[in-house]
Amino acid sequence: MAAHDLPPAMIETATLPMAWVVVLPLVLALMGAALLLIVRRSHGLSFVLALVSVLAIIACEITLLLHVFESGPVSMTMAKWLPPFGISFTADAFGASFALAAAVVTLVVLIYAEPEHPSAVGGGSFYALVLLLLAGVTGSFLTGDLFNLYVWFEVLLISSFGLMVLGGRAVQLDGTVKYGFLNFLATTIFLLSLGLLYGLLGTLNMADVMRVAPQANPAAMAGVAALMLLAFGMKAAAFPVNAWLPASYHAPPAAISALMAGLLTKVGIYALLRTLVAVLPATRDVLEPVLIIVAIATLVIGPLGAIAETNLRRALGFIVIGGIGAVMAGIALPNLAGVSGAGLYIFHAMLTMTALYLVAGLIERQTGQSDTRYIGGLYATSAPLSVLFLVLVLAAAGVPPTLGFWPKVQLLQGGLQTGGWIGGLLVTALLVNAVLTLIAGTRLWAHMFWRAAPTPAEATPGEPLPIGRLHWLGSGVLFALIIAAGLWPNPMMEVVRSGAADMLDPARYVSAVGLAEVTP
Amino acid sequence: MNTVIFRTIAPLIVATMLVFSIYVCLRGHNEPGGGFIGGLIAASAIAVLGMASSAAQARKALYFDPLSIAGFGVLLAGLTGLVSVFNNSPFMTSIWLYLELGEATVPLSTPLLFDIGVYLVVFGTISSIALGLESNEGEEP
Repeated sequence: MAAHDLPPAMIETATLPMAWVVVLPLVLALMGAALLLIVRRSHGLSFVLALVSVLAIIACEITLLLHVFESGPVSMTMAKWLPPFGISFTADAFGASFALAAAVVTLVVLIYAEPEHPSAVGGGSFYALVLLLLAGVTGSFLTGDLFNLYVWFEVLLISSFGLMVLGGRAVQLDGTVKYGFLNFLATTIFLLSLGLLYGLLGTLNMADVMRVAPQANPAAMAGVAALMLLAFGMKAAAFPVNAWLPASYHAPPAAISALMAGLLTKVGIYALLRTLVAVLPATRDVLEPVLIIVAIATLVIGPLGAIAETNLRRALGFIVIGGIGAVMAGIALPNLAGVSGAGLYIFHAMLTMTALYLVAGLIERQTGQSDTRYIGGLYATSAPLSVLFLVLVLAAAGVPPTLGFWPKVQLLQGGLQTGGWIGGLLVTALLVNAVLTLIAGTRLWAHMFWRAAPTPAEATPGEPLPIGRLHWLGSGVLFALIIAAGLWPNPMMEVVRSGAADMLDPARYVSAVGLAEVTP
Repeated sequence: MNTVIFRTIAPLIVATMLVFSIYVCLRGHNEPGGGFIGGLIAASAIAVLGMASSAAQARKALYFDPLSIAGFGVLLAGLTGLVSVFNNSPFMTSIWLYLELGEATVPLSTPLLFDIGVYLVVFGTISSIALGLESNEGEEP
């Protein structure tokens, strides 16, 4: 065959300037992390540079989200190679809005963590690691290639590993080993499933997989999807592979555990949503019974664990797990309402769970305690703290008019539309989860704020730390965002609905990558 | 390890390894080699230097902090990817410049700079780990 008979391998058209906003957030985060590693000896400079990088990332992502909302998914394929050969970065409304939420959460945590430096946060590498974590999260949300997703999972894992162990106390090492071991296992299983998928299809570009997957052996594809379910389920801390989360999230300083609670499990559950609902919908149908059981078990076990737990941040960890169950329910209900409910829940969980951990950090500073049995009478000491905690607990349970209400409504609507015993079971589980989360949260609130302070004899007094202005600013900004988004949910609902439509019908996604006219 | 023979010969080994690492890095585009393996060789040279003298001496010889070198490498690699914005091409598109120097043609490209970035990342990270393992307890890193 002569050379000119070969199909073209390179993109000949000029790249639109708009396509750059798909990769810029990631590049900025990665290069920001590199810059912060160089200047890590100077704390003031590091803080300013980190803030500037994250603000630049947020600006890019707002532009990206507006563009995606107006004219559909955007894609850029690296180095001019045509899509299945080059690595594509593709942003749809889901990826873009989650990436934006991740950057906002990072900004808030940076502000909150500033006064804790360097005693609690340890060393100069904190800011570099936070930006690296943001790079991993942003990459996972914006990539359009399954192998590239694996790479960002590794970046995420390494940076979160580093953040969790900063400071090097014994409890942190203990938590990090548990976290690290299970997550390495999950990443390995994900890599195995990718090897099998590549062997079956010969491609790992998400849009390309959507095209060629229907022709592949369904049994083998179901095996691949089952491996992915296990891998992402471990990352997301779904039942029964959730043990690592409450065992590790309470170990690092509050700011770091807030960042992890907001970002890590959400990336896992987003990857599950993306692969099962958008990329391999046929195999999702095969796995549906498993998804339903896992969703119901996670929905119920999470808040039950929170009721049984006495350590404040460990209890919050169980509430995070319950939320993962809600997203799983959305994955088990693949209609427009169900998927947009799942997407909205991820968005809500990023903001609310981070805020909950930040406020938990404030409570621990105020009292010098992390065991709720020894905390009491906080209402008299700090009324603003009690309002923050109560409203956030209500948001986590999904009480109107907070942000948590809207995804629950969508999910319930999805369940009722599906009908039958599947819809009925999931709707019941969602309602039970809401009630149990409410019980767990208000019980924590009643214990810590309402009842009288325990006598000094029963409490082992810790060292209370002052709460600085930046602590209040960080938690306050996030709190205001949650309230505002709860009161004006319309813009967000519309963005998520358009994202859910693209998840269920990938035609726009595939044509954005440029694979629509190629026949399989 | 602290014998006279080793301490005498170490600077020679280190110098040879460093030059060889640059050679391996530069030939990497079309032949076996590249930034990653070059960086590993250079980091091994620093590890040998650290064993022969001391970790503190090796740090002094490096002048720059190894982790900062790694950070600079990432920065360099990222910047070479961004250059293609001026060419109306996607991120990471390679741009070539053929320099005519008398008889010879010297091909310069953004992948070359990217590979130098990789070299610095691997060199900085691995030598930071190696020197960390070699330094004594309580020594200032």
